[in-house]
Amino acid sequence: MAETATPANPETLRAARRSPASHLAPTFESGSVAGTVALTEIPFQTMVGIRVGRASDAGARLASVTGGLPAACGEISGDGRATTLWLGPEEFLVIAPESAHDSLGGDLVRALVEALGDDPGQVVDLSANRTTFELSGVRARDVLEKGCSLDLHPRAFRTGTALATEIGNIPAILLKSGEDSFRIFPRASFADFLGRWLLDGMREFASPEVP
Amino acid sequence: MLLISCPNCGPRDETEFHYGGQAHVAYPENPDALTDRQWAEYLFYRDNTKGAFAERWVHSTGCRQWFNMLRDTVSYDIQAIYKMGEPRPGMNATTPEGATK
Ligand SMILES: [Zn+2]
Repeated sequence: MAETATPANPETLRAARRSPASHLAPTFESGSVAGTVALTEIPFQTMVGIRVGRASDAGARLASVTGGLPAACGEISGDGRATTLWLGPEEFLVIAPESAHDSLGGDLVRALVEALGDDPGQVVDLSANRTTFELSGVRARDVLEKGCSLDLHPRAFRTGTALATEIGNIPAILLKSGEDSFRIFPRASFADFLGRWLLDGMREFASPEVP
Repeated sequence: MLLISCPNCGPRDETEFHYGGQAHVAYPENPDALTDRQWAEYLFYRDNTKGAFAERWVHSTGCRQWFNMLRDTVSYDIQAIYKMGEPRPGMNATTPEGATK
């Protein structure tokens, strides 16, 4: 792993970065419909990929850092500091605020690397892999249903559930973060497409409903 | 569109999966002992079954895990989904032609 002799100043890093959908921020704002559906990017979240067996010693050590590792598809776990999503039987994604990242004064990645130690498995900093969209409002589910074939009805897709699936024909992770709010995690290269796709799906709700 | 029940994730659209070809094609125990023809047959020759066919699939957009499926190549009816390493369901003691493992 490349270590720089002098760690970069966090403020220099912050000024140099550009989030995958930053160019769409004004469009997200103008395309949101107050009280109906809103789309925002939550940029630069800390994300760490973990591959480990839950039942192993290393799995237990990692779980003590993340606040548990989810047991089955759809489940999430966390302790407020970070949220951990189930991606596969031995694959997890830890998501935390940007301040948790080691380059910005946090210690999440190092803590996870140390918890894995030399045991079989992986801890990989994936913070630049995906960005986060928040789609919220009473029409958020209607927008998603235009391009996601999961059953998103609240009886089937409950708050605190996350699934890796397809949205608008691209792979993304979908987390139900509240009764009317969803977090969508597209890979950076899909952020522009998915952002515009969601905006397109939101457009009809800006017009008066046709009786 | 097929609706495929991933053993980990439940029913999902076919577009979330990728096809992995015929299942139960065992890797040769001594690859270096094979003739070119035998090696080519291991690499490239597969059954072209009309009817129930055991094949591998991976849930690439979901849990990224492989599994086996018994599918009718005529009706597309999915007859069974089972784990990698498990024997093909409904197999009798007599091993049908083409089942190498
Ligand atoms: Zn799956």
